[in-house]
Amino acid sequence: MSLAVGCRARPGKSRDNKTGSWRVFKPSFNREKCTQCGLCVTLCPEGCVHETEEGFVAPDYTYCKGCGICAEECPGEAIEMKQEEK
Amino acid sequence: MVDKTLELFDCGHRACGGCGAALAARLVTKASGTNTIVVSSTGCMEVFSTPYPETAWKVPWIHSLFENASAVASGVEAALKKQGRTEKVVIMAGDGATFDIGMICISGAFERGHDFTYICYDNEAYMNTGIQRSGATPYDASTTTSPAGKCSFGNKRPKKDMPQILAAHGAPYVATASIAYPADLMQKIEKAINTKGPCYVQVHAPCCTGWGFEGEQTIAVAKLAIETGLWVNYEMVDGKVVKAKKVVRKPVEEYLKTQKRFRHLFKPKRQDAEIAAIQATADRNAEKYAIDIKLKKE
Amino acid sequence: MMEITEGSHAVADAVRLCRPQVISAYPITPQTHIVEALAEMVANCQLDAEYITVENELSALSACIGASAAGSRTYSATTSQGLALMFEVCFNAAGMRLPIVMSIANRALGAPLSIWNDQQDSISLRDSGWLQFYAEDNQEATDLHYLAYRVAEDHSVLLPAFVCFDGFILSHTYEPIDMLSQEDIDKFLPKFTPYERLDAADPISFGMYATPDYYLEFRYEMDRALKGSKAIIQKAGKEFGQMFGRDYSAMVEGYRLEDAETAIVAVGSICGTTKDAIDEMRDEGKKVGLLKIRVFRPFPTEDVAKALAHVKRVAVLDKNISLGAKGAVALEVKDALYGSSIPVKDYIIGLGGRDVRKKDIKAIVALIEKGEGDMFYGLRREVL
Repeated sequence: MSLAVGCRARPGKSRDNKTGSWRVFKPSFNREKCTQCGLCVTLCPEGCVHETEEGFVAPDYTYCKGCGICAEECPGEAIEMKQEEK
Repeated sequence: MVDKTLELFDCGHRACGGCGAALAARLVTKASGTNTIVVSSTGCMEVFSTPYPETAWKVPWIHSLFENASAVASGVEAALKKQGRTEKVVIMAGDGATFDIGMICISGAFERGHDFTYICYDNEAYMNTGIQRSGATPYDASTTTSPAGKCSFGNKRPKKDMPQILAAHGAPYVATASIAYPADLMQKIEKAINTKGPCYVQVHAPCCTGWGFEGEQTIAVAKLAIETGLWVNYEMVDGKVVKAKKVVRKPVEEYLKTQKRFRHLFKPKRQDAEIAAIQATADRNAEKYAIDIKLKKE
Repeated sequence: MMEITEGSHAVADAVRLCRPQVISAYPITPQTHIVEALAEMVANCQLDAEYITVENELSALSACIGASAAGSRTYSATTSQGLALMFEVCFNAAGMRLPIVMSIANRALGAPLSIWNDQQDSISLRDSGWLQFYAEDNQEATDLHYLAYRVAEDHSVLLPAFVCFDGFILSHTYEPIDMLSQEDIDKFLPKFTPYERLDAADPISFGMYATPDYYLEFRYEMDRALKGSKAIIQKAGKEFGQMFGRDYSAMVEGYRLEDAETAIVAVGSICGTTKDAIDEMRDEGKKVGLLKIRVFRPFPTEDVAKALAHVKRVAVLDKNISLGAKGAVALEVKDALYGSSIPVKDYIIGLGGRDVRKKDIKAIVALIEKGEGDMFYGLRREVL
């Protein structure tokens, strides 16, 4: 990769930084309790919680930092933070 | 029409887990859409989003210096005008860059009436450099340059009223918002972007690292700020307050207790006078913006 | 077309012909006439540009950064305290590789406050990565703006440029100037084609931060581009000469230097006075010549070494001083002549607008013939 004039970049390279490795706690999503309100999708500071094809939600664990906001804010208490085993 | 399902602030950025400012960046870019040029000042958001070559911004973005985002944005706006382009200019700056070092540039740009939207993500201190006091730091908050100690209760000054200052410059639309209420935030961003002239939105973005609470509590803490009246969500159109979020008010203690930066007000000894002074600020806010929901007596 | 016009106005006209899309303006003596003239042109629909009256100089250059990054040709002017106030912005603009052109009506730096001419202001930014052109007279001041945009915007350069001309001495004097036409300049300076720009259709992040793994390489690239601009100056300067009869391909110019024993090195308007003094000294049989430096950054090291190789002694006139050391031009000249045995003496002269006359040049030549130099020339010991 040649050096960009003026220290610039086009989008995409931040994805090289797999922030999922930062995690201590991992969110576990319970489909039965999920009301599909979408609040976790909105509130994730990483923007890594997505709607799945079946219409539920799941985080992209490559980037999920395990901050726990989704679990804390979920109105249906459908997300649980569990200590990750590495 | 802006496609609000797009994620224009990418994963892989280096913000702390639970960062309020990162959420603000996501929500703002969502609300403004792809036809946006973002001008950032130096600060947490700039640093955690653009270590060369990893950029998290999927819209055009420029960072110059700490104090001059408004001046840079003035130049961008003028160039776009001259070239007949439609991109919206959105400034994203922290409270240090906005309330302090950027005052000259902001005042000039607002006075000149450029068509842009200035968004201040307010985490109430210079966070990127390790939690130093800014003009936005609330009374009695402990920071590294206003530490609580044997002969100090922390920051001695009240929060500078930046929205009023910019309303006085003739800003057609000024609002305060919070990451605690994302739909409201996005609506205000949209309104600001679609209002001609220099608009200002100050977004409360609690900082778990700097304020001393667990990252998962970011939204809860932001809500408490509003519920205690220490932060008021309101809108000003042409200098007049047109709307303010009403709350059933909680005592300020419930907010202060959640954060290490106010711990000295409770331990080793409860500081009644200080807590009362902070309560008085909340009471004044409540009166000024008429935020109290008066529950009917049964 | 020949016109008799004030230096500042000639510069403003030159800027107008370059078709800037965004101009930022803040007043400061002695450049104010430039921005005033431009404002009048905009107000009278003679110049189709966005004119931003900023609230301070750092905003002036910051607005240029924004405008240039967004893809517009942009311009501002300043001097002295204003330039000093935008110190960090200058480094920023160069590092962001934005081809901004800024006129500097050279003025002394305070304290003590002085509104009069010397070259300390722009010289003090020699580390910044900006190209630096210095005009001997108002014709050069005018022409160098066309050249500056042409060179700065070249995709192999992409660095901002100062066009420096001595405050009051040039800015406020009336000289006959050959003003070129819009057609002429449109041929020489094509429409601005930014290398990259802020554009929703192709989003780019400008001004990211560089870790220690990358910073050195970014600075290397800037240095390479600045040194490489010599070739672009040569090419564009030659083309200008072919089109309009005034060749700017050389970064230095000798005057009666070929057979000189004593060489005077100077920058800016002082060269004009020096040339007249040289003519008189030549009539008296002294073999004196001038080496004028027209481009100070990138520094024309090889050209200076080559031009001075044959002389017996070099007197450098410095309208600046790197306090605690020597004049900046002398230090560069010494570097160029390193390894030779030619003595180089430094004369700090004309600071804060003190007049430099032909007799002063002659006195300096007399001093260096005696081997005396490295001094503040004309120091008034009686007021010390």
